[in-house]
Amino acid sequence: MRYLRLIPDDTKLRFMTYRWIAFPVSVTAMIASLVLFAVLGLNLGIDFKGGSLIEIRTIDGPADTGSIRSSLGELNLGDVQVQEFGAPDDVLIRIEDQEGGESAQQRAITLIRGTLGEEGVEYRRVEVVGPRVSGELAEAGTIAVVVALFAVLLYIWFRFEWQFALGAVAATIHDVVLTIGMFSILRLDFTLASIAAILTIVGYSLNDTVVVYDRVRENLRRYKKMPLPQLLDLSINNTLSRTVLTSLTTLLALFALFIFGGEVIRSFVFAMIWGIFVGTYSSIFIAAPLLIHLKLKRGGSKDGGAETAGAAEAT
Amino acid sequence: MLYFARWKIALILLVALGGFVLTAPNFFSRETVEAWPSWVPGKQLVLGLDLQGGVYLLYEVDSADYKNKRLKTLVGDIRKLLRDEPRIGYTGLGIQGDGVQVRIRDTAKIADAEGRLRDLRNPLESSVFGSDPVDEFQMETGEGGLIRFSFTEAGLSHRIRSIVSQSIEVIRRRIDELGTTEPSIQRQGEDRVLVEAPGEKDPQRLKSVIGQTAQMTFHMVDVSTPVQQAIESRPPPGSTVMYTTDDPPVPYVVNEAPLLSGEDLTDAQTGFDQQTNEPVVTFRFNTAGARKFGLITQQNVGRPFAIVLDGEIISAPVIREPILGGSGQISGNFTVEGANDLAVLLRAGALPARLTAIEERTVGPGLGADSIEAGEVASVIGMLAVVVFMLAAYGLFGIFANAALIVNMFLILGALSALGATLTLPGIAGIVLTIGMAVDANVLIFERIREEARQGRSAIGAIDAGFSRALGTILDANITTFISAVILFQLGSGPIRGFAVTLAIGIVTTVFSAFTFTRFLVAQWVKMRRPTAVPL
Repeated sequence: MRYLRLIPDDTKLRFMTYRWIAFPVSVTAMIASLVLFAVLGLNLGIDFKGGSLIEIRTIDGPADTGSIRSSLGELNLGDVQVQEFGAPDDVLIRIEDQEGGESAQQRAITLIRGTLGEEGVEYRRVEVVGPRVSGELAEAGTIAVVVALFAVLLYIWFRFEWQFALGAVAATIHDVVLTIGMFSILRLDFTLASIAAILTIVGYSLNDTVVVYDRVRENLRRYKKMPLPQLLDLSINNTLSRTVLTSLTTLLALFALFIFGGEVIRSFVFAMIWGIFVGTYSSIFIAAPLLIHLKLKRGGSKDGGAETAGAAEAT
Repeated sequence: MLYFARWKIALILLVALGGFVLTAPNFFSRETVEAWPSWVPGKQLVLGLDLQGGVYLLYEVDSADYKNKRLKTLVGDIRKLLRDEPRIGYTGLGIQGDGVQVRIRDTAKIADAEGRLRDLRNPLESSVFGSDPVDEFQMETGEGGLIRFSFTEAGLSHRIRSIVSQSIEVIRRRIDELGTTEPSIQRQGEDRVLVEAPGEKDPQRLKSVIGQTAQMTFHMVDVSTPVQQAIESRPPPGSTVMYTTDDPPVPYVVNEAPLLSGEDLTDAQTGFDQQTNEPVVTFRFNTAGARKFGLITQQNVGRPFAIVLDGEIISAPVIREPILGGSGQISGNFTVEGANDLAVLLRAGALPARLTAIEERTVGPGLGADSIEAGEVASVIGMLAVVVFMLAAYGLFGIFANAALIVNMFLILGALSALGATLTLPGIAGIVLTIGMAVDANVLIFERIREEARQGRSAIGAIDAGFSRALGTILDANITTFISAVILFQLGSGPIRGFAVTLAIGIVTTVFSAFTFTRFLVAQWVKMRRPTAVPL
């Protein structure tokens, strides 16, 4: 019986030579993402901007978004977005944060319910987030990402050398920045769930990077004379089959969720799918070659405390 | 790595079995589970509001409103104390920013005034600050006979905290009367109240019942000044213009000081007017209130009075005869539901301060059910895809990995059920993601075994080396993800926490199932077959 083999055994791809392509491409993409973020900004959802969101389902046939838009437009509630949401009878209505504080938001909702009526409409979801709460949520979200990165930096530093910690965190920042760029250019709703998605991407990308780094550390002990670029190539080739397989199984599960998981979490899942691609790319083409430029010291060096301990462990 | 002591085998099987046992209650209806004897684990998954539908409401004490009201009372108290015989002349009494100011005319009497007003600093009992009571206000004397009261920080936060506690009580009484299923009402932070009502079908009504201050007061209508004149110029001192809840609102001039308030009520019920058959709210005063009400109605036959709810007149009847029995009825063009809600509000009492809804998330039962279904379909399909893939890639070892995956699923669901964690939609996403990533550990091990075998190790040697060498990597990789899950849980809220919990639990169970359990399966296989080559 022959099993499915996606990656042949003993690949000898020379990944390190690609770093002269990967670095400029990544740096450009990161700069582009930051520029997009600065110019276009994120399409902040109500979690971070304040405002209201109403999801309705019309009971008799498809909804007429045009007429809903025009009748709600007459209410003087500022920016009101009406869009189809996943199915022709599902409509998502977004109302911007109302001036006049929290109670004004509630009045806006009452007005809209009055206009749409209670008959023939199922109110599937109503969310109202006041400006104060949204500020707190945005702050907590940013803190979560930064704190997570820092904690992981410390962990890797503790387990490996500082060059590995820096490399892993740089690769992860790369992934986060590109994800923000993706959110910005595609105008996806940036919500609390997006923060969760970004943190998952952080987790996945680190996971991938750590697997490669682990093999690098092992090979450093085994092949003390091998030049670093060659050693990194070897390590990536060693783990390539695993990298591809794991990405695939994760993607399989995520695609199932993307297709069948419903409209509410679709953008959340989309961000994670994107993250798997970027995370896999960055651990191979960014995290590993960065070790060369961070001047990783070879075995027998003065700061080899961890290494000697590790070598003892390997024997 | 392939030898297992007896007790270890027992432990591994026990953990795997535990997953099944703890998950089992979810396959039965709640009624069935409740009928089980108490030693059988019967905890079911708690579904988040986004899955079963319901209302999440976050309220904040309107502290500006509270301060304003409190300072108004303070102004009244100061006025009263200074006017007591012998009077102390003063000027410029009023609210100034966050405090109250008054200027004593006669500088010789400043010490006397200070003595009278000293008690208004109002020491509050507080267990938080030990035995020393904290003053609610601090009193300062300035140039030219100026006396200023301002909130102390400790006093204000003490007040706000007790407002939150009282509000929670009031809200609980109100919701209990509505018969909503299992609401949870909690304090959040210092000045917030979180209400979660899973399965609530009528969020609008819930909101209107919770959000109303429901401060009911009885006032005499001031008939000395025509209403139009009062609106155009200014109402007579001590009176104010209030409007009815009718459409269009009708203005009345009423005395500012209430005769009686909702606190004097002992009961309120819905009923029907015997003549018009309209829904009304009947109420009864307590003894003191009944006596006062009797006296007032005796003295004011033929004059109108106003029943005011949160600053709006809901009814302004004319007193036809003295009401001595201490009970009365309010007929204010109510619907049956409106009358019922008002009776509930009056029975439960008024909120001690205005609450503002600062966050609201309502999910209808339809969307919740759809989300559960979508989540189930996605999980099953995702799992099937991964199972087929693993089988195709690793054959027999793929079966081992798939068995571990199934054990893993049961462990996650069992742990979630036993911990009483809430399953949310992002939580389901977390589980699906775990399915994908759970096999990562197996992939790591299997790839490693193949590599070791290629380097010429014996089958058993390769398997042994594969497991032991992959362990470090698996731990490092999972601990980093675990760190971010924990931080997400610490800093996240609501559905996001649900996601973090499933992710964190998933990582722990994955390390057990993908590493320990698979290793156990492989060890049994090695023992039975004594393989000479690795089937990878």
